[in-house]
Amino acid sequence: MNTFEAVRIVAAREIRVKLRDKAFLFSTIFFLVFAVGGTVLPAMLAGGPSTVAVTGTAPAALSTADLDVRVVADEATARAQVRDGDVDAALLSDGTVVALTDAPNELVNALSTRPTVELLDPSALDPVLAYLVPLFFALIFFFVSLTFGLQIAQSVTEEKQTRVVEILVAAVPVRVLLAGKVLAGGALAMGQIALIAVVALAGMRIAGSGDMLSLLGPAIGWFLPYFLVGFVMLAALWAAVGALVDRQEDINGASMPVQLVVMIPFFAVAMFSNDPAVMKVLSYVPFAAPAAMPVRLFQGDAAGWEPVLSLVLLAATAVAVLFAGARIYEGSLLRSNGRTSMAAAWRDREARRLAELDAESA
Amino acid sequence: MTKVLRLDAVSRRFGDRQVLDGVSFDVTAGRLTGFVGANGAGKTTSMRIIMGVLAPDSGEVTWAGSRLTRDVRRRIGYMPEERGLYPKMSVRDQLIYLGRLHGLGRDAVRRNAEELIEWLHLGERAGDPLEKLSLGNQQRAQIAAALVHDPEILVLDEPFSGLDPIAVDTVVEVLRERTGRGVPVLFSSHQLDVVERLCDDLVVIAGGQIRAAGARGQLRTQHTLSRYTLTVEGDAGWLRDHPGVHLVDLDGAHAVFELDPSADDQQVLQAALARGPVRAFGPVTPSLAEIFREVAQ
Repeated sequence: MNTFEAVRIVAAREIRVKLRDKAFLFSTIFFLVFAVGGTVLPAMLAGGPSTVAVTGTAPAALSTADLDVRVVADEATARAQVRDGDVDAALLSDGTVVALTDAPNELVNALSTRPTVELLDPSALDPVLAYLVPLFFALIFFFVSLTFGLQIAQSVTEEKQTRVVEILVAAVPVRVLLAGKVLAGGALAMGQIALIAVVALAGMRIAGSGDMLSLLGPAIGWFLPYFLVGFVMLAALWAAVGALVDRQEDINGASMPVQLVVMIPFFAVAMFSNDPAVMKVLSYVPFAAPAAMPVRLFQGDAAGWEPVLSLVLLAATAVAVLFAGARIYEGSLLRSNGRTSMAAAWRDREARRLAELDAESA
Repeated sequence: MTKVLRLDAVSRRFGDRQVLDGVSFDVTAGRLTGFVGANGAGKTTSMRIIMGVLAPDSGEVTWAGSRLTRDVRRRIGYMPEERGLYPKMSVRDQLIYLGRLHGLGRDAVRRNAEELIEWLHLGERAGDPLEKLSLGNQQRAQIAAALVHDPEILVLDEPFSGLDPIAVDTVVEVLRERTGRGVPVLFSSHQLDVVERLCDDLVVIAGGQIRAAGARGQLRTQHTLSRYTLTVEGDAGWLRDHPGVHLVDLDGAHAVFELDPSADDQQVLQAALARGPVRAFGPVTPSLAEIFREVAQ
């Protein structure tokens, strides 16, 4: 059995256990409902096109507008239909628009002559969107890396608490366990996000908000690699703090530094999303970049080379953090007397001595 | 030649404490080797070094003459001192997982898991999460976990603790079946009566050093003091004055005594017969507990 096969077996168990976990399934369903609700519901509530009763022949302007035109015999019938609510408005032969409480905008617009409008910054964002989209990216990165990270820590602590880890370590190298867990966590997180994204995109298409899609496309495209690298980096830290403790109850305390590393960038991005200078800095800080850079791309503030440079920085940091996380994980996984300090785990030489012995006798 | 799992001058220290000090012993293929010692004597540390969970400071562990590699270790069945499997996973699923992790193919692992589940009478509970099982059944599942990959060697830390007598018999049967296939089995226990009944070979450890090691019978003879028991009709008090006899215990008609090396046990018997009927006479073989107490001091 080679290392790859062993990692695959470890990861497969993690995924199988998670897919049977009710909390995981409920949270996924909750997100999906949320995604459908957020995209499809507004369009449904808005209802279909307004109906207009017309006496005589309808003006050409009406047929180009998005209106449901019904020809009626005379004015009395038109008025009666408006009163009964069968139509939203009526257009009389003299050009009068009859409505119950207010006239539909589409109808009034179709009948008015409009001045030529010239926009100097046509891509400027709807201010509501400009506020919501950054929050959305930051929230997804924050929420997903926190929940899946915590689950990785719990799974590590479970193995340590139940001592099954001793059987596992006798069979496969410690790093194989770590790799399997990070891989499984990453796959599940990406799977969940992809599912939500597909449902949200499908929802937008159904709701007909296609322009929203083209605006978000590049930001989402960049968000995925950022998320993946950022997640792997944090996952190694979560696994390390999970290995420091041997009781589930102690995870919270031990993981405080990692929680801060996730939370502070989230609040920074959420608070300063409208401040280009701060966002520029944040988009190069490795722990904040996965949330900050897609926002800058969405707002059109980043030059083409910027996401590449920031991603390279993030990847380099991730590699360093991965090694540090692996060392703490190895140094604490088999220590069974209560909570191990990070420094003690860092200095622990057991794993390296075993690896040297392995290398010697191989 | 029979294969041997050998510890050769293994030492290990934790901080200031020398936990193992030049530990050497053999576990021979096809034999049950009992590993006894007080708490903290070094049993668990020795086993963890065999399993590659701890590194020795010096010395080495070999199997059939060459140093243990990870590939060989993967073919050892291990039951750690502190029990543990996944509480929320079913017995069957974890057996399959552990078997796969030890390098066994999918079909072979399924076959072995079902066989063990049946053998250890876990059939009805095999689909339940481990935490729902009784402690005794959890213990059986733990034994199944050590056996699921058809191990070449077995290293079991206190496999009988927490088992009722019937379960002990079941496990003994399973272990005997393995030794029958030529698997060497090392098991530690503090229940000396169980070890006495079971083991072919015995290793006694105290204070991180091996105090005695060898075949059970041979150890018995080695540690037999020249001690005898005699039961007569009437009073055995006359033994007190018999030359070469040192009374250890006298209770009316029953006496336990030691003999000087120069004295002849048959002479004592004849003297007894001359005084009346003899109901019992013979050398006393020491129990394991007695040997243990003697060497572990």
